[in-house]
Amino acid sequence: MLRRSLLAVAVAATLAMAPPALAQGGAPIPVGAIEILSGPNAAYGTAIRAGLELALEEVNAQGVLGRKIALTVEDSAANKDQAINAARKLIGRDKVVAIIGPTLSNEMFAVGPVANERKIPIIGTSTTAAGITEIGPYVFRTSLPESDVIPVTLARAKARGVKTVALMYANDDAFSKSGFDTMKAAAEKAGLTILAIESFGSKDTDFSAQLTKIRALKPDAVSISALVEPVSGVLLQARQLGFGKETLFVGGNGSNSPKLGEIAGTAADGLLVGSPWFVGKDDPANQAFVTRFRAKNGRDPDQFAAQAYDCMHILADAITRAGAAEPAKIRDALLETKYSGVMGPFTFTQGRDPASTEGVVVLAMQGGKFGVAPQ
Amino acid sequence: MLAQQLVNGVLLGAVYALFALGFTLMFGVLRVINLTYGFYFSAGALLALWMARQGAPIWLALPLAALGAGCVAVVLDWVLLTRLRRIQAPELSSLMVTLGGVLALYSALTSWLGPDIRRLPPDLVAADAFHIGEVRVTAAQLLILGATTLLVAALLALMRGTRLGLAIRAMAEKPDAAQLMGIDTGRAAALVSFISGCLAGAGGVLIGLNFNAIHPYMGEAMMLRGFVVIIVGGLGDIRGALLAGLALGVIEVMTAGYVSSGLKEAVAFLILVAVLWTRPSGLFGRAVLRRA
Repeated sequence: MLRRSLLAVAVAATLAMAPPALAQGGAPIPVGAIEILSGPNAAYGTAIRAGLELALEEVNAQGVLGRKIALTVEDSAANKDQAINAARKLIGRDKVVAIIGPTLSNEMFAVGPVANERKIPIIGTSTTAAGITEIGPYVFRTSLPESDVIPVTLARAKARGVKTVALMYANDDAFSKSGFDTMKAAAEKAGLTILAIESFGSKDTDFSAQLTKIRALKPDAVSISALVEPVSGVLLQARQLGFGKETLFVGGNGSNSPKLGEIAGTAADGLLVGSPWFVGKDDPANQAFVTRFRAKNGRDPDQFAAQAYDCMHILADAITRAGAAEPAKIRDALLETKYSGVMGPFTFTQGRDPASTEGVVVLAMQGGKFGVAPQ
Repeated sequence: MLAQQLVNGVLLGAVYALFALGFTLMFGVLRVINLTYGFYFSAGALLALWMARQGAPIWLALPLAALGAGCVAVVLDWVLLTRLRRIQAPELSSLMVTLGGVLALYSALTSWLGPDIRRLPPDLVAADAFHIGEVRVTAAQLLILGATTLLVAALLALMRGTRLGLAIRAMAEKPDAAQLMGIDTGRAAALVSFISGCLAGAGGVLIGLNFNAIHPYMGEAMMLRGFVVIIVGGLGDIRGALLAGLALGVIEVMTAGYVSSGLKEAVAFLILVAVLWTRPSGLFGRAVLRRA
C-alpha cells in the first residue's frame, strides 16, 4: 500500500516536472469508442476505427479547448455483453466524456441504456435501426435511419417499373429486422405488391430453399435487408439458381459496402441501394477526405468510415462549443450542432436523429463496383 | 419447384455429411469431443484459396489443401491432447482444452488474415449450371455430391477392409486391450487425426467453393450443425453421419420451402432433442466403428 502511494507520488511529481507532453498543454480529453474489431463482422468496426482515427488526427492538429482528444477504442466482438463491459470500463475507468459507437443496432440497444443512465453522451455512427434514439436523452446517432433511406431506393425501383416484390431478411439481427420492417412499410406505402417474405440467419450460407420459392413466384424485385456477407451469399446463390436480369435486386443499408462487389463479384450487378454517402461524391470536402483516407489506409473509405469521420468532427465541434469537457454540456452542445461534413450539411432533430435526407444517393452495382444509379 | 427443393435439400445434406465425416471419426475413435475440428475446415479452405491465387488448378489445390489440413490436425492434436491422454484426464478436460485452443486459433487466424470473406477465383470450377427439366445444379454442387460419396466409400473400405482399419476399430473398442495386442495406439491416434483433418480440409475447400464464402470463422459456423449430424447419426457411425446429414439437409430445406423459413434453424435442433430423448445412441442405434 505504502509502496503504491509512493509510486503514485513519484509518478505525479515526474508528470508535474515534465514539460507539457502535448503541444497545447492540459490533459487529453478522454473519448471512448466501442466497435467490432474481431469476429466475422469486424469489417465494419475496422472501417469505423479508420474513419475515427483520420478525423482524430485532424482534430488534434488543431486542438480542442487547447487540449487533445485521447481516443480509446474497445472491441465488442459483436457481442452485447462484451459491448456493455466495454462501456462500463470506458465510463468507470477511463472516465470518458462521450462514447462513439457501438457498431450494430443490436449492441446499441444493450449499451445505450448503460451510457444514458450514467449521463454520458453516446453517438452511433452506423446504427440505423428504428428506436435507437428513443433509448434516452443521451443517445444520439449521426447515421441516417434506414427509414429515411429505403423509401428513396424503393421509389427509384418503382420508377423502373417494379410492381411486385419479394422481401428477404436476416431474422437474428436487430439491424436487419428493423430494416425489413422499414422495407415492408415503405413497399406498402409505395403501392408495391409483396409476394413473399422469407427469412434466414445472418451466418447462413445456404439460401436455396428461400430463393427457389421466390423464383417460382416471379417477382419484379427482391429486396434484401441483411449485412453485406449474407447479402452477397444470397446474390451468388440466386445466380446459381437462375435469377437473371429480369429480377431487380434491392438492398438495405447493409448492402452498401464495397465488400459486396469483392465477395459477390458480378453476381451483384444491377443491385440498387440507397446511401447517405458515396465515395465518388465530388464536393471538395469529400474529395479531400477520400484522398487522405487512401493515403493513410491504402484503400478506399466506405460509408461506415465516412460516417465515423464526420461523427468525430461533430463531437470535437460540440466539445469546443460546450466550452468544457463535461458530458452534460457536450450533450446540450450536440443538440445545437450545425456542421457541414463529407455527408453533407448536418443538424440533429430534437429526437437526436440526423435532420436532413438531402444527401441520399441511389447507387447501382456494375461490374462488381458501385456507381450512381442511372435514372 | 418440389424437384428443385429436393435437389437443394440433398445438396445441403451432402454439405452437412461431408463436414461431419471427419468429426464423427475423430469422436468415435479417439473419444474426444475435439472442437478444433472446425479449424481444420477453415484451414483447408484458406490453404486452397492461397494455392488457387498462386495459380494452382482445383485438382491440385484440393488434395494439397486436404493433406495440409491433415498435418495441422496431427500437430494440434499432439500439442493439445497428448498430455491429457497420458494422464487419462476426464472427457470434459479435453473438451475445454480444445474449446480454448480453437478460440485462440480462430482469433490468431483472424488477426493475421483479417475477418473478410474471400472467394476462390470464380473460374476455378466451371460456373455453368446443368439443367434437368426445371432443376438447376452447378458443377461445384456436383463436385460436393461426388466427393461425399467417394469419401464415405473410401472411409468404409478403409475401416472394414484393411489391417489399419481393424487396428483403429480395436482402438475405438478398447484402447488398453488394443495396446496389449501390439497396436501402436499413439500412431493410430495420429493417423485418425490426420484422416479427420484431411476430411475437414477437403470439406472446407468444397463447401467454400459452393457457397463462395471463405473466412477464418467458417468452421465455427458449421460446428453446430456438425454436432446435430453426428449425434443423430450416432457417434462414430460413418454411414449414420451420411444419412443424418442428408436427412437434415432435406428436412431443413423442406421446412424453409413449405412451412416457414423462420423455422429452418429451429428444426435441426428440435430433431436433435427428439433423437436424444428417444434414441440416445443415435437414430441408427449403433456405432459402426466400435461394434462392427
